[in-house]
Amino acid sequence: MSQRFSAQAVLGGSALLLVAAFVVGAASGAYAISLPQLWGVLTSLGQGADKSPEHLVFLNIRLPRLVLGVAAGAGLGMAGTLMQGLFRNPLADPGLVGISSGAALAAGVTIILGAWLWPVLPRTLGSWTLVLMAFGGGLSVTLLIYGLSRSEGGTRMALMLLAGIAVNALASAGLGFLSVMATDEQLRSLQFWLLGSLGGARWSAVLLVGAAVLLSCVAARSLAAPLNAIALGEAQAALLGVDVERIKRRAIVVTAVAVGAVTATTGIIGFIGLIAPHWVRMVAGPDHRVVLPASALLGAALVLAADTVARTVMAPAELPLGVLTAFIGAPMFLWMLRHFKGRI
Amino acid sequence: MTSFHEMNDRFSLQRRDVLRLLGASSLGAAALPLFAQNAKLPKLVTVSGAITEVVYLLGAEAQLVGTDTTSLYPAAARATPKVGYMRQLSAEGLLSLKPDAIIATNESGPAVVLDQVRSAGVKVEIIEADHSWGEVQRKVQAVGRAAAREAQARELQAKLDADWSQVQQRVAAASKGRKPRVLFVLSHSASPQVSGEKTAAHSVIGFAGGVNALGGFQGYRPMTAEAMASAAPDIILTSTQSIEAHGGVDKFWQRPELALTPAFKKRSLITQDALLLLGFGPRMPAAIAELHEKFLVATA
Repeated sequence: MSQRFSAQAVLGGSALLLVAAFVVGAASGAYAISLPQLWGVLTSLGQGADKSPEHLVFLNIRLPRLVLGVAAGAGLGMAGTLMQGLFRNPLADPGLVGISSGAALAAGVTIILGAWLWPVLPRTLGSWTLVLMAFGGGLSVTLLIYGLSRSEGGTRMALMLLAGIAVNALASAGLGFLSVMATDEQLRSLQFWLLGSLGGARWSAVLLVGAAVLLSCVAARSLAAPLNAIALGEAQAALLGVDVERIKRRAIVVTAVAVGAVTATTGIIGFIGLIAPHWVRMVAGPDHRVVLPASALLGAALVLAADTVARTVMAPAELPLGVLTAFIGAPMFLWMLRHFKGRI
Repeated sequence: MTSFHEMNDRFSLQRRDVLRLLGASSLGAAALPLFAQNAKLPKLVTVSGAITEVVYLLGAEAQLVGTDTTSLYPAAARATPKVGYMRQLSAEGLLSLKPDAIIATNESGPAVVLDQVRSAGVKVEIIEADHSWGEVQRKVQAVGRAAAREAQARELQAKLDADWSQVQQRVAAASKGRKPRVLFVLSHSASPQVSGEKTAAHSVIGFAGGVNALGGFQGYRPMTAEAMASAAPDIILTSTQSIEAHGGVDKFWQRPELALTPAFKKRSLITQDALLLLGFGPRMPAAIAELHEKFLVATA
């Protein structure tokens, strides 16, 4: 078995990938902005005089989108690591505890029944109605699954897994029912929401999501060492002095807040939470103190790369991001599986 | 991608159209300055097939820098840069075409993208789609305004209004007796949908002198055998695209849901292009007149 890379090398490498993805993303897009123009925009920041179209496009459309991509990818990569560590299962991803399906169901209710349920709310809150509903939906379904998996001995992960599968099935049945009642236009809206997109990035939403993800990442730092202990088994972790119940609760809350905020603004971006941690573990080993931050960095780089392709390949139209994350992520993942098959 | 030759063709066509308009119109003198500063005319992106049709009718196609995926008529519109599906527009994609105005219906979105485009200084004209004749008028006016061709737009609207009232009179005169019950089936994919109230099809059936065989719900519903039997349509109306998706008229009639309808016994089927039938564009008077004739033939 070949030498694993050191923690510094993995973290440095992921950070480098993220910077590279950010720079390429900043320099490419449907609207042609040459590198000298981009430099002009960046150097004239804060002077307030330059109001060229390039300036407007970059600062109001492309940059918030890049920042949202970083936040979304980091949140998904970090949460994926937490879930895989908590369930001690390489198949786990944030969708398992119902965040995505809860958000999707709430989004479906808002898109299809919103105008009928609350005739006034959508008008006063505008597009925020959908964001708030999806966030609330993801959070409450996660809490429901968490509540269902509690027993006298504490939270049982197997119970949580099965409750998650059942509640996810219920949510998708609800979505199916809603789509029967939907008009053609509502159905298309819902379909595009389910495929995910960073296209709705505006600074107000981006800053909120960024703050939620940043706070979650800070909170997740203290979970790394206990998750290493839990990897040995819950009983062993308890013997090592880890308050397993508290760690579970915190990991689930952190995941729900980060992924809930991301999904509410972007729709469902699949695959990142699953592959980023695997990829990191293949080169860095299982230590969560490395895997957590490196997965966040790598997840951000992956989302940025996928979104850059989504924005440019069909310009001036664009592809849904969720399609791209799977298209780009899955083959790379398969290649990694073959290349590092000894380390799974 | 538009080749150089096609571009040339489009420009020469454009010039011919302008000359024709100048010759035909009493407003020739007023339009002359517009022609002289052709290069400065506002550039447009249209998001809706019907709006794109209006642009071509006003001879403003040289100003057209982008259209959405529903802009399929006239055929030249298919060659314009495509900004995607009307509900999934991209702010940067729209701005990359450097338009002066974007003309869309209120079915377009996402709203955030339209806001971003607006804040970048592009005029965004939103037309409310309420399935009325007013919708067609508003489309003509909006394109006229945005394209700086208001005189031509007024002229076109006067002609369309005259056509429309003629068609309406003809329909009113012919439908004194029992109106045919018409069921609209939309089936571009595997599961056919039927139209209830507050749909474009509902309005179109009414304009052409029929009644929608389905009521009591809004929007589209999946087609079921029992509901179709109790709706008892005399005529099935569908889009050409739906028949193509089924692989022909015979295959379409093999749908079990239709077997118990009066329309099935007489094989009473009317097909029309989806954009022409439901687009609420400038071809609507002609489309309704044709549909009305077909209703008369089918119920004779």
